[in-house]
Amino acid sequence: MASPAKTPPTSRLTPAKAEAAEALLSTPRPAGEAAWAQEVRAAAEARLRAMGAPARRDEYWKYVDPAPLLAGAEADVAGGAFDAVDGPAAHVGGAAPALEGVEASTLGAALSADLGWARALFGVLELAGQEKVARPLAALSTARAAHGFALRAVGKAPAPLRIVNAAGFARHLVRVESGAELTLLETGAATNTLFEIDLAPGATLHHIRVQEGARPAAAAQVFARLGEGAALRSFTLAADGALTRNETVADLAGDDASAHIGGAVLAKGATTIDSTVFVTHSGLRGESRQVFKNVVDEGARAVFQGKIFVRPEAQKTDGYQISQSILLSERAEFLAKPELEIYADDVKCSHGSTTGAMDPEALFYLRARGVPEREAVSLLVAAFVDEAVAEIEDEALADLVRARVAAWMAAR
Amino acid sequence: MLNIDNLHVKLEDEGAPILKGLSLDVPAGEVHAVMGPNGSGKSTLSYVLSGRDGYEVTAGSAQMDGEDLLAMEAEERAAHGLFLAFQYPVEIPGVSNMIFLRTALNAQRKARGEPELNAAEFLKLVRAEGQKLRIDADMLKRAVNVGFSGGEKKRNEILQMAVLQPRFCILDETDSGLDVDAMKLVASGVNALRSPDRGFLVITHYQRLLDHIQPDVVHILHDGRIIKTGGPDLALKVENEGYEGLIEAAA
Repeated sequence: MASPAKTPPTSRLTPAKAEAAEALLSTPRPAGEAAWAQEVRAAAEARLRAMGAPARRDEYWKYVDPAPLLAGAEADVAGGAFDAVDGPAAHVGGAAPALEGVEASTLGAALSADLGWARALFGVLELAGQEKVARPLAALSTARAAHGFALRAVGKAPAPLRIVNAAGFARHLVRVESGAELTLLETGAATNTLFEIDLAPGATLHHIRVQEGARPAAAAQVFARLGEGAALRSFTLAADGALTRNETVADLAGDDASAHIGGAVLAKGATTIDSTVFVTHSGLRGESRQVFKNVVDEGARAVFQGKIFVRPEAQKTDGYQISQSILLSERAEFLAKPELEIYADDVKCSHGSTTGAMDPEALFYLRARGVPEREAVSLLVAAFVDEAVAEIEDEALADLVRARVAAWMAAR
Repeated sequence: MLNIDNLHVKLEDEGAPILKGLSLDVPAGEVHAVMGPNGSGKSTLSYVLSGRDGYEVTAGSAQMDGEDLLAMEAEERAAHGLFLAFQYPVEIPGVSNMIFLRTALNAQRKARGEPELNAAEFLKLVRAEGQKLRIDADMLKRAVNVGFSGGEKKRNEILQMAVLQPRFCILDETDSGLDVDAMKLVASGVNALRSPDRGFLVITHYQRLLDHIQPDVVHILHDGRIIKTGGPDLALKVENEGYEGLIEAAA
């Protein structure tokens, strides 16, 4: 497919970036994999060397210093947000889960075999996602990640599948076949998490993620490709942690595809949470929504970088993006960079961003009715965040996320 | 019941006083009206009594049943039984009317050491009171005051009053933005709450609300002080002659 701009706006490869890339690659490639997988890994290594490690001076890292992400601090937070959900749990590093309608194997098994669908996916969407912006941490995952799962949904799964990440890399390959539907619930923190998600025509994937608890710097990336009429429903609750960089890269490749990417960010203390989204419309009549709500308290920083990129052939695109924040303290920061890049002439795209303190009128109204200030603030924050949480279609799962928001406010 | 003595109030960040020695006593069972021209201090009085931030009391006192209102937080005043019907009810997106009311009622009950109402008990109470004010289930489900008409907002205030059962009610320009039918509905809601152990302070610019909520006493507020106190006929005098004559007579 022709693209208007072929060269990503990568900053120049400096000696420091090259050196940092070498350091990232200093561990050996996972052993015992099939020749094709080794080729993919070798290509990713070359890619990473060519672009260098991310640095603060890169435009894409304007608001967040990536240095802590390169230090490789061990993150290991289990997270029990979805413990109450009836469904199998897959622990990264452990055995593949068993769930009706899903063919599951470990990443290691998938890369040691000649699994056609996995071969068509591993490193492929990551590479495609490098087209407009250099994403060195994604190339690093392709080069080095040894653990994770390969999941192929062939029917409508009867229950959600839980994925619990562990320290180090977590790399997941997900293919949802035509007409199939799968719900993934993700908790736990890896230093570098990456999903490649391929949705066949008419496929649906719900991906709901909770990142919470004290944890060191972590990057999580999602690369998704949507076939004709496919639907991606992605939601992330990110709370606290030293530095969290969540990147979602989605290409609505087929006609009539639909991607909803929601996020709620709860940040306080020495915390930076960055939600970066890049939605590409390649097919006709694609519909995309980005809904992000940030609650930022004393000392913390939240970042939103959201882009809607519409290719010339993607007529009748309907793109929407909103990022809003409530600052609960004077020492709280929200930085937003909304972007539209549109090459088709018959599209509807809009974006908005707001930031401000809690509405004092609403707060007084509640207090004048007898609601103590603390409870009133929690109620107003919950209502604010709920516009993003409501993006979760399953009410029971949305309620579990609401409970995590309430717990965060109660502990505040 | 409500005793305001020599109350002096200014805005926190401005020097000029707004209330300049206001004194007022409302015994239990009575409805007192406070009338006054624009800028006389009517809204300041309602806000300072209900505990809104931004005001500074420089002298005087305000007590309810002998307890110092001014020492309490807004939520404590509410739990103590004080209710302000807002001139401009606030919209709260994302919080349903039901959740709002139930949270408020149970917070007050908890503060008073009373058992909280469960969902079924609460629903029964709200439905019964809502019916009287023609507030249907749909309005109860909607976010607080969001998309409500002026009349709906004011009826919603009275619903809150009926559900919370305060001991003392301040109505701040409740008639503003109401047509005659809505005003009658609101007034009947207020009148239904009149009782020997409950007091009311009805703040209004115009006399017309007082046709429907008959006051026992009428006070005229001007330049931060009560300049005249009388019976219901005082309101009629204002309606017929305006405030000018009263202000000149007091000068």
